Amino acid sequence: MERAIKAMALSSFIVVLLIVLFLLKEGIFTFKWVKPKEFFLGLTWFPTQEPPKVGLVPLLWGSILVTFGAIVWSAPLGVGLAIYLAEIASARLRGILKPALEILAGIPSVVFGFFGMVFLGPFLQEVFGIPTGLCALNASILLGFMALPTIVSLSEDALSAVPWTLKEASLALGATRWQTIKYVSLPVASGGILSAVILGVGRAIGETMTVLMAAGNAPIVSLSFLEPVRTMTATIALEMAEAPKGSVHYHALFAIGVVLLLVSMAFNVLADFFQERWRKGI
Amino acid sequence: MKKWILFISGALVLVLSTLQLLAQEALVLQGSTTVLPIAQRAAEAFKKLHPEASVTVRGGGSGVGIAGLLDGTCDIAMSSRKIKESELKIAQGKGITVKEFPIAIDALAVIVHPSNPVKNLTLSDLKRIYTGEVTNWKVLQGFDSKVVVVSRDSASGTFECFNHLVLGEAPLTPRALYQASNKGVVTVVATAKGAIGYVGLAYVEPRVKAISVEGVAPSIETVRSGRYPLKRELFFYTRGEPQGLAKSFIDFVLSKDGQRLIQQVGYVPVK
Repeated sequence: MERAIKAMALSSFIVVLLIVLFLLKEGIFTFKWVKPKEFFLGLTWFPTQEPPKVGLVPLLWGSILVTFGAIVWSAPLGVGLAIYLAEIASARLRGILKPALEILAGIPSVVFGFFGMVFLGPFLQEVFGIPTGLCALNASILLGFMALPTIVSLSEDALSAVPWTLKEASLALGATRWQTIKYVSLPVASGGILSAVILGVGRAIGETMTVLMAAGNAPIVSLSFLEPVRTMTATIALEMAEAPKGSVHYHALFAIGVVLLLVSMAFNVLADFFQERWRKGI
Repeated sequence: MKKWILFISGALVLVLSTLQLLAQEALVLQGSTTVLPIAQRAAEAFKKLHPEASVTVRGGGSGVGIAGLLDGTCDIAMSSRKIKESELKIAQGKGITVKEFPIAIDALAVIVHPSNPVKNLTLSDLKRIYTGEVTNWKVLQGFDSKVVVVSRDSASGTFECFNHLVLGEAPLTPRALYQASNKGVVTVVATAKGAIGYVGLAYVEPRVKAISVEGVAPSIETVRSGRYPLKRELFFYTRGEPQGLAKSFIDFVLSKDGQRLIQQVGYVPVK
C-alpha cells in the first residue's frame, strides 16, 4: 500500500519534470533563428512579420505591470482583512465574511474577464476620459479580486497560528489589542503573511483569461495604467493556436512559456522559503 | 461487498455510454468563427434529415480548424481563408491530400461606434488607420476622438483576409487591441466611441454601425455583384475525398436548401 502511494507521488513529480523538459526543448529552438539578445531585450512583438520580430520586453512588462497594479491594492487590503478576521471579528461576522471570500475565489476567471470587458472597461472609459477602457488598470483591478482570497486566507492562517500564550502575555503586560497585533501577532506571522502575498502574486502573474479579455492585448511598453497592455499569458493563449508547428513564432511562444514557468517557480520557491522561516520561528 | 457493486455498476455505465457514443455516427467540424453560424444552422437542419447523426461544431479560428484537420481531431475544417502553403506542406508530409470546398461568400464589414459620423472610408483610409498613421478621427472629417483600432488575433481567417485585402505588406499598428472572436470585436467597438473594427457580415448588430468602403455599403447584393471590395470565400476542408457522413453534410450545405440557409444566416450563397 505504501509503495502504491509512493509510486503515485513519484509519478506526479515525473509528470511535472516532463512538462518542464518539453517546454525547454521546444523553447530553446527559438535561438536557432533568433539571437538571445533579440528575444530577451527586443521591444517589438510582431511574429507574423517577415522577418519575425519576437521581442519579450513588451509582454514581460505587461505581466509585471498588471501584477504590480493588482498587488498594490489587494495586498494591503488582504492583510488588513486577514487581521480583522483573525483578531477582531466576531464569530458571526467571520461566518459571513469567510464564505463570501470562498465564493470570490470560486468565480471563474472568464467571468471576471467578461465583467471587465462589458462593465468595468466602459466605466473606466467614462471616468478617465480615455479612448478605451481595456487597459492595465482594468486588468489590475480584476486580478486584485482574484488574488485577494489567496492572500486573505493564507494570512489569516498565519495570524491564527500565533501562539495564544504570546498574545495573552502581551495583554497581561498592559498592551492594547492593537499594540498586541502590531508588536506581537504581525511580527510572528510575518513569514506566513509574506508567503501569502507572494502566492497572490504568483496567481496574478499566471492569470490568462481575465487579462486576455480585459487588458486590450496591445503589445506596447507604456508607463501609464490607462493604456492597453499585453501579458505573456495572453500572448500564448492568443497565438498558439495558429503558429505553424516548427516556425520561429511557435518556438518563441514556447520560450515565453519557459520564462513564465521560471517566474512562477521562482515565486513559489520564495514563498516556500518564507513559510519555512516562519514555521521555524514558531 | 458494497464496494464491488459500486465498482461494477460504474464500469457498466462507462462501457455502455462508450458503446452508445460509438454507435452514433459522429461528425466534427472545427475552425473559423465566421463560418461557425453557417455550420451550426446546417447541423441543426441536417439532424432533422439524419436523426442518427451527431454533428459537433467547434470554433477556435481558421488556423485551429486546419491544424485540427491535419492532426485528425476534426473531420471538416471550417476556414475563412484559403489554406496556406505552410499548412499544405505539413499535409504533404503526413500524406494527406486536402480537398477544398467553397461553400459561401462573406463580406468583411468595417464597423464603428454608432456615434461616429463617418459614413464611408476608402481602402487607403483604412490602411492608414490600421497602420497607425491616422490617430484621430478628425483627420478623416469624423469627430475629435482618438482612433481605437480593433483587430482579430492571428489565428483568425478574418484577420488574414483583412491583412491581405487592406494592409498588404504593411505592419499593423502595435497599439491595436486584439480580440479572439468576431463577437469580441463587436463588443469592444460598441463600447468605445473612437473604435473601429472588422467582422464577418453576419456579425453586424444594431449596437455598431457598418460603414461603406469605397462608396459601397456591405450587403448580400453588393457582394454578389462584386461591387463591395472586402469579400472572401468561405471554405470547408477535408482529408481526401469526403466519405459517409462528411460527404452527406457537405452535399447538403451545397444543395439548394443548404444555400438558402446560408442566405438566411446572412452570408452570400456560392451557387
